[in-house]
Amino acid sequence: MSYTFSRTKMIEKIKFGLLSPDEIRKMSAARIITADTYDEDGLPIPSGLMDQRLGTIEPGQRCQTCGNLVSNCMGHFGHIELARPVIHVGYAKKVLKVLRSICPECSRLMLTEEEKERFRQEQIKHRKLFFEGDEDAAKLVFKRARKSKVCPYCGAKKKKIIIEKPTTFYQEEEGKGSRRITPIEILERLKKMTDIDLRTMGISAENARLEWVIFTVLPIPPVCARPSITLDSGIRSEDDLTHKLVDVIRINQRLRENIDAGAPHLIVEDLWELLQYHITTYFDNQVSGIPPARHRSGRALRTLTQRLKGKEGRFRSNLSGKRVDFSARSVISPNPYISINEVGVPIEIAKILTIPTNVNDWNIEEMKQMVLHGPYRHPGANYIIRNDRRRIDLRYVKNRKIIADMLAPGFTVERHLSNGDLVLFNRQPSLHRMSIMAHEVRIMDGRTFRLNLTVCPPYNADFDGDEMNLHVPQSEEARTEAELLLKVQEHILSPRFGGPILGGIQDFISSVFQFTSRDALYNKKSALKLLYLGDIFENNPDFSLDQLEPVVTDPEIMYSGKQIFSTLFPDDLNIRVRSKFCKKCDVCEEEDCPYDAYVEIKNGHLITGTIDENSFGAMQSNSILQRIIKDHGNARGRQFLDSATKMLLHVIRQNGITMGLDEVYVKGKAFEAIQKILEDANEESERLIRAFYENDTKILKRAPGRSMKETLELRIRQVLAEARKKAEELAADYIGDKAHSVIMTKSGARGNILNLGQMSAVVGQQAIRGERINRGYSLRTLPHFKVNDLSPESRGFVSSSYRNGLKPVEFFFHAMGGREGLVDTAVRTSTSGYMQRRLVNALQDMVIENDGTVRNSDKNVIQFAFGDDGVDVMHTDHGSAVNLDVLLLKAKSLDVEKIRTEIKKAPAVKKKETKIEEVSEKKPKKTVIKEKPKKVEAKIHDEEALQKQYEEETGTHAIWRSKETKAYIEWKKQKIG
Amino acid sequence: MTKKRIDVLLHKFVPQHVLLTKEESQKLLQKYRIDVNDLPQMFEKDPVAIAIGAKEGDIVKIVRKSNTTVKFVDYYRYVKKEKV
Repeated sequence: MSYTFSRTKMIEKIKFGLLSPDEIRKMSAARIITADTYDEDGLPIPSGLMDQRLGTIEPGQRCQTCGNLVSNCMGHFGHIELARPVIHVGYAKKVLKVLRSICPECSRLMLTEEEKERFRQEQIKHRKLFFEGDEDAAKLVFKRARKSKVCPYCGAKKKKIIIEKPTTFYQEEEGKGSRRITPIEILERLKKMTDIDLRTMGISAENARLEWVIFTVLPIPPVCARPSITLDSGIRSEDDLTHKLVDVIRINQRLRENIDAGAPHLIVEDLWELLQYHITTYFDNQVSGIPPARHRSGRALRTLTQRLKGKEGRFRSNLSGKRVDFSARSVISPNPYISINEVGVPIEIAKILTIPTNVNDWNIEEMKQMVLHGPYRHPGANYIIRNDRRRIDLRYVKNRKIIADMLAPGFTVERHLSNGDLVLFNRQPSLHRMSIMAHEVRIMDGRTFRLNLTVCPPYNADFDGDEMNLHVPQSEEARTEAELLLKVQEHILSPRFGGPILGGIQDFISSVFQFTSRDALYNKKSALKLLYLGDIFENNPDFSLDQLEPVVTDPEIMYSGKQIFSTLFPDDLNIRVRSKFCKKCDVCEEEDCPYDAYVEIKNGHLITGTIDENSFGAMQSNSILQRIIKDHGNARGRQFLDSATKMLLHVIRQNGITMGLDEVYVKGKAFEAIQKILEDANEESERLIRAFYENDTKILKRAPGRSMKETLELRIRQVLAEARKKAEELAADYIGDKAHSVIMTKSGARGNILNLGQMSAVVGQQAIRGERINRGYSLRTLPHFKVNDLSPESRGFVSSSYRNGLKPVEFFFHAMGGREGLVDTAVRTSTSGYMQRRLVNALQDMVIENDGTVRNSDKNVIQFAFGDDGVDVMHTDHGSAVNLDVLLLKAKSLDVEKIRTEIKKAPAVKKKETKIEEVSEKKPKKTVIKEKPKKVEAKIHDEEALQKQYEEETGTHAIWRSKETKAYIEWKKQKIG
Repeated sequence: MTKKRIDVLLHKFVPQHVLLTKEESQKLLQKYRIDVNDLPQMFEKDPVAIAIGAKEGDIVKIVRKSNTTVKFVDYYRYVKKEKV
């Protein structure tokens, strides 16, 4: 192999400017005269729009200008000579500005020399600082020049110029009204301008003389920019641009003929205007003020501006975002048995997506087998790239045996995607970095991507038909990066808040709630089954059920759910959390909580408390998962999540969680009590309404800053809300704690008490814009009510429950309220999406440099320390760098005696360091782990002492990335000899 | 026209501004290895700049309380002339 030197080329500068007529003619390969494209034989007409000199689009045909085939010919511009000049729409505004600033007679900028000089100096200064002209300064020039009435050079009076959108200019003549100024006249005026004047107005005289925006010659884009499509029926269909150009040429031709024939002025003017229209729409078919040019079918043409602009334009659709190879898209569905790091890939997809693998001495047999399998049998291969870089398509190979035997190191096999490969998985909208994560492939039957349920929150995915995309990294570098940075387990902790974004959802929460409640007991058989499902024996080979102390021995040995769940924790896990259903008593009884709402985990054992959403849910900081990851790393966190969900799945299957109508059926005394509450509330509001009409300020006391009417509304809403609340509580008491729906709400798995109350007791007040419903007919909401009826039922109070069914009027009010909610969400998502886009565009290239400063791509300092404190939120506890409560808890749970004896045992050199660590309370983590490393230490004591000595002497690491450094080895040789 | 001047420095929304000496400025630029143009900017016409007498080319330290930290945070601004 020889070295190839890559030469780095730098772009020195990019110059933007206008094409001058001379330039257009110079670069033109053909002058286009005929408005037709092809003749009857289907051959391009010479000097027509499809002239072969403009480049070829037909394969096998050589370009008449450059002689290349389609793949190498990039196309050539042509040109049309216009019979009369025409203005470019995009520059009409600029032309107007300039016309207003210059003298109509001598075309000098209407400013005195001193003023001009001053503006020029400003510009030069600005250019020195920012390497570009100052647009704001140019604006000032126009503003100032417009004010002057008389030309300071020739003394001509300035005339007012008006524009009629988009491209017609008028000049007001004294006493004669306004007169149209033709493009010819404008062209003349602009041509007379001096270079210095142009420069003063911020226009480059070399690159963009303003007269060039008035076309006398129109460039015709090459054919490959407007390819024609041949339909199956053999009919040619031309591009929109070609259609537009046909119009331009036809009218241009007619205009020329009429002028030559000496046609009346009026006809020439009309044709000229038509030409202007066609050229305007050729550039932009959405100019305000003129009707868009249409196709015969009535569809508006897609011309130059439309090609570039907007979401579907060239920039946003083709340059910022491209379609890619090695990707797949399918519907997603759940599979709780695969790891969060995995993704189930349909075998059909795996047979299409490939990974290029270099053949070497170690994998040659495996690769041969894959080649033998070919492209249609799963662990196979689709292509082989030989060492002479020739590509062999295995689909067309008759005898794969020969090819397989040919395989040698240096070949590349594009093998099928198979188990264990890393792929990127993505769901739109990609709002944060967790929207794309790396998963390990697991080939599965079926046609959907399979995904662990706990990774739904970061993707914001559900399974109601969601689709997701999959991408296969092709290079070793990309795969390594994915492995180290993008794997799901690296994203359990969210950079948005200091906590895990993954965690139990929905049924897993219900399940863990039931599993760790006080009455969950399991006999030996079921305990073993659960332990097995939770991979306890796999992850901890020393474990045996005998290590657990049964809670009940008579009549049968029973283990509590708390104990079994504890086996999933690491030994040094210490947490105290309050459950979601904590009643927030005045004096917390902590461990003795009567509701079992105080979760305490001591040294890896769940002592009290029922685990629920607060300690196991997704997006909960200070949850079990976060503590595990902080102390033991992402891999251990993943293991916990994987095994816990598998165990809990079995629990919820055994228990069975469901919900029926009868669960929210409140009857008998409770129902009557609810009706009574509603009646009372109704009466109370009647009383208030009466007080309002009678102006009884004793009953209805006016609220500060509100009118009587507003006060009444406020009070009624209060009364009704209170009644709903009371009814809800009554219903909740009636339903009881054991109902499955209550378990779901209590544990935080899904829904809340309000939902339950609406189903069982009363739906409550419907509101539009935060007020009781008051729209509809004049003075009343529906014809069912009397005019000016302010009673609850006429203003949208729904007194039925969902279970009992809504009355027709109630149903209508409910629909009104529901519609408002829908509209709100629709509006919110679009506005917040656009806001996000703007923010991302503004912030995307900021980087935290090695000195801790936040800088943009120009290396300007934006912030001197990231977030003022330089702390990575991902590694914090809900935003704070140190969580003292947790540290204290850890310190408390340490076995002091054990540590003391160990300190005594430790070798003399070590002693110093251990003491320091003992004192510093900030790092109890290290003190906790102390036991383990010490055992190993005794064996390699000498080595360790040497390393210590080296480190003390040189101040550098002896071990770096678990390897001895070169310097250390050298040093050791010298020491020992 | 005589305007009653308000001392902006006394307003509670105005954080403490400190004018750096030449040595301090040099130290700061060296610490971050930056040019004055890499700093965020403030105008010479800025009311606070006038109040503390900052001129073009000076560097101003702004001491602000932060939501995320207990300590006060220093920001730096490079004083510049406003364009016409």
